[in-house]
Amino acid sequence: MAEDAKTSGNAEALFGKTMDCHEAVHQLYHFLDGQLTEERRSQIAEHLNYCAPCGGAAEFEAELRLVIANRCKDHVPEALIRRIATAIDEESRQHDGER
Amino acid sequence: MGGMADQARFTDVAMEFMPGLYSAALRMTRNAADAEDLVQETYLKAYRSYGSFQEGTNLRAWLYRILTNTYINSYRAARRRPEVTDVEDVEDLYLYKRMAGPGGIRAGRSAEDEALDAFTDDVVKSALEELPDAFRIAVLLADVEGFSYKEISEITDVPIGTVMSRIHRGRRALQKALHDTAAARGLVGSTSGASVE
Repeated sequence: MAEDAKTSGNAEALFGKTMDCHEAVHQLYHFLDGQLTEERRSQIAEHLNYCAPCGGAAEFEAELRLVIANRCKDHVPEALIRRIATAIDEESRQHDGER
Repeated sequence: MGGMADQARFTDVAMEFMPGLYSAALRMTRNAADAEDLVQETYLKAYRSYGSFQEGTNLRAWLYRILTNTYINSYRAARRRPEVTDVEDVEDLYLYKRMAGPGGIRAGRSAEDEALDAFTDDVVKSALEELPDAFRIAVLLADVEGFSYKEISEITDVPIGTVMSRIHRGRRALQKALHDTAAARGLVGSTSGASVE
């Protein structure tokens, strides 16, 4: 089946149309998460290398993940930092007083 | 005694994790007042039990474990809205197929540019906050906080196979939520048929 995918050309190798593409897409999250055996990882990597649509999909998924992580940042209110420092300080003084 | 953490050093080593913990708390509680209380409670609990923390193990993961447990036990329990516990099944590559793949629009631009423009802070936060708790927490810990499957399993006390399934299904559901949210704000074409009013 790997031969089929290679000989049929990239234009045919659209999503899910060959066993390779189907497998690659199905295992893409495992691949990007580093959760595959070395053998499986290199098989998928090879496929992503020669199959433009799947390679593009992998790039897109990886980039999307960065976008999601970078868009979820928030500014911690200064008042919260002070509040927590004070609360821990009080807690430690109470603790000392019990000794 | 060997390896046990010294409580006096707690603030020196733990305060640097506050930005991440605060953002995670915001995504969990979905409001600033609860998020602040949740982070404060997390730090106090962590301070009180810091003496039993094994030095040299993963302090950051330990703090997220306290945060997650506190959220689940206190805040989620108090919430009045009915709890949704599952996500719909969304196809693989939902966004790629709509934004960059065959049939995708505006082929001249890179998919990354397209996504970067459409998925503003507000869109990403809103879409993530739409996911049900179990999926939201799994995706948040994996893709925003960068924890491994194994770490997430330890943080959430959920078997690793379940963690994996929640991350994968949650990611696919998030892609649809991102697309719908961005489309509703006119930031992407509604190629999936989502109506833009």
